[in-house]
Amino acid sequence: MASFLTYLISGISLGAVYAIIALGYTMVYGIAKMLNFAHGDVIMIGAYVAFLIFSTLGLSPILAVIVSMLACTVLGITIERIAYKPLRGASSLSVLITAIGVSYFLQNSALLIFGADSKTFTSLVSFPPVKLMGGSVVISSVTIVTILTSIVIMIALTTFINKTRTGQAMLAVSADKGAATLMGIDVNRTIAITFAIGSSLAAIAGILLCSAYPALSSTTGAMPGIKAFTAAVFGGIGSIPGAMIGGLVMGIIENLSKAYISSQLADAIVFGVLIVVLLVKPTGLMGKKIQEKV
Amino acid sequence: MKKFLSAVCLAAMAASIVACGSGSGAAATTAAPAATEAAATEAAAETEAAEAPAAEAAEAPAGGDGVFVIGGSGPLTGGAALYGIAVQRGGQIAVDEINAAGGINGYQVKWVFEDDEHDAEKALNAYNTLKDQGLQMMVGTVTSGPCLAVVEETADDNMFEITPSGSTQDITINDNVYRMCFSDPDQGKKSAEYIGEHGIATKIGVIYDSSDPYSQGIYETFDEEAPERGLEVVAAEAFTADSKTDFKTQIQKMKDAGAELVFLPFYYTEASLVLQQSKELDYSPIFFGCDGMDGILSLEGFDTSLAEGLLLLTPFAADADDELTQNFVKAYDEAYGEVPIQFAADGYDAVYVIKAAAEAAGITPDMSVSDICDALKGVMGDIKLDGLTGENITFTPEGEPDKAPKAVVIENGAYKAMD
Repeated sequence: MASFLTYLISGISLGAVYAIIALGYTMVYGIAKMLNFAHGDVIMIGAYVAFLIFSTLGLSPILAVIVSMLACTVLGITIERIAYKPLRGASSLSVLITAIGVSYFLQNSALLIFGADSKTFTSLVSFPPVKLMGGSVVISSVTIVTILTSIVIMIALTTFINKTRTGQAMLAVSADKGAATLMGIDVNRTIAITFAIGSSLAAIAGILLCSAYPALSSTTGAMPGIKAFTAAVFGGIGSIPGAMIGGLVMGIIENLSKAYISSQLADAIVFGVLIVVLLVKPTGLMGKKIQEKV
Repeated sequence: MKKFLSAVCLAAMAASIVACGSGSGAAATTAAPAATEAAATEAAAETEAAEAPAAEAAEAPAGGDGVFVIGGSGPLTGGAALYGIAVQRGGQIAVDEINAAGGINGYQVKWVFEDDEHDAEKALNAYNTLKDQGLQMMVGTVTSGPCLAVVEETADDNMFEITPSGSTQDITINDNVYRMCFSDPDQGKKSAEYIGEHGIATKIGVIYDSSDPYSQGIYETFDEEAPERGLEVVAAEAFTADSKTDFKTQIQKMKDAGAELVFLPFYYTEASLVLQQSKELDYSPIFFGCDGMDGILSLEGFDTSLAEGLLLLTPFAADADDELTQNFVKAYDEAYGEVPIQFAADGYDAVYVIKAAAEAAGITPDMSVSDICDALKGVMGDIKLDGLTGENITFTPEGEPDKAPKAVVIENGAYKAMD
């Protein structure tokens, strides 16, 4: 029983990190209708910025989080302005390839700046772990913070989109760019805001990812990025609660199959489940079915 | 057009040799003019007949000088640069010592080393550059992947080659290639041998990277050898390159299976995560790693207290108190201002292996590369030497070293030799 709980908790912990990354993917996709494959690498940059502030300069962890979020926000807006905005009218394939290009650009820049050897990230969360069942089940402080943060972000984002003018503008752009422009919505500004929010989430995701799994290198964000993207598709890309649920389900399936089926096949099983879900429900768990109007 | 291109390429190569020479100190600078000349003559020759056997061209410049040219390639820049630089420096120290003591068979030795950036294609270029510099015996390459590419070429040229640290099994497939370090499969075997003989533990758990031939190879031979040594593998769990951050599930399974010792045959970056997550799960078995674990203490930001008591199978510990190690560490520190790692010791020993074989075979610098190789091959089975990486080192007919495994333990944040 204690082992099962440990597996489950480490699954939830991994899943919560996937969920936060997936929120970034799903927001950008839902509103700008593009797959921002560089998202995983913005996470990595965010983690490096936090590492510099907290470990190298020895400043406070709160400052590290704030600076890292600001840096990623600026980075996100810059990427959008330079790489994606000129392609607004181009086919989605061109944008996708550009995003992959940006991803490699960020990875290699980080390699150049920070070097190839991985750094050990000091966790920004430092209160003691919670022990259950007489110490046989240990929940680390990072796990608790990650889960809480992902829930807070999910609620905040949903509220922001449904209750504020900017949020409503985002929904309008998502539904129909042309009509939104006619209604007087500044589409470019709205998309830039989307990227800003998505990228600041990436900074938080990077910090939590590296606090839980402290090896930081230029490819740190790549694989979690792909898995989180899968989680977003799994939950229904474009849907905020979907990303959350998708991330958690992915993390739990991954860890339980590692524990009870095979540690080698875990990834194959996760992606197998994804295929089954998409066959049964092509829009993902929480995805909305959108009728194309002719 | 092709001829013109190859001439341009060769000219560029020659230029790069000069550039390297001026960059890397006095010893290399003196070597540069001769090499440039050789490259230029060859440029002319090779544009005429690009298919001419390269080995012949390579012998010409060195023989006349009456010096042995020994050298190799390894990553001097890029992610694996640490390893290449260590071998280059270790070899340099060995060559300096040999020259000061009168050389090999009365002839001085020239040490040449090229950067291959841990890249197979660049390693081939580096090998050609080395041949242009008159290479007669090769210490290289440092890393496995490039080495697999280069052994094809050295077999064609019948060039004597000893890799200081390329551990992939297939490197020694040709009979001109020998190895200084343990091969991957041998590391698994020797780890089991070491754990069994020293009675460190009997219930063993293994976590390994099933997507990496290095890790998988070590695990398989370890698993095979363990029962022979009275060890019981109670749990073996894999991870892959795609999911190498979260190890808690694997660790929990080790804990449930009651493993007293967890064997970690992979690189230190992932190992640092395993150590940290084990602590989070309140699990503290003995951890045991292979040569990939070497370097964990220099990981930036790593809390070295996590590695306290970690054992690793490595042939070299800089704090060992034998005279050979002490002198080497002192010389290395004087020349480069740092403590040598095992790769430096591998490079040093490899040069001495060549010396021992060369003296046993009585070779001279005016012999052709192929004749030297045949002569050395004939005596490799007979030589025995005490090196930094082991005592009474001998070589099997397959080209593998035969020496007792050594381990170091991490104590108070530093490597300490085990007896």
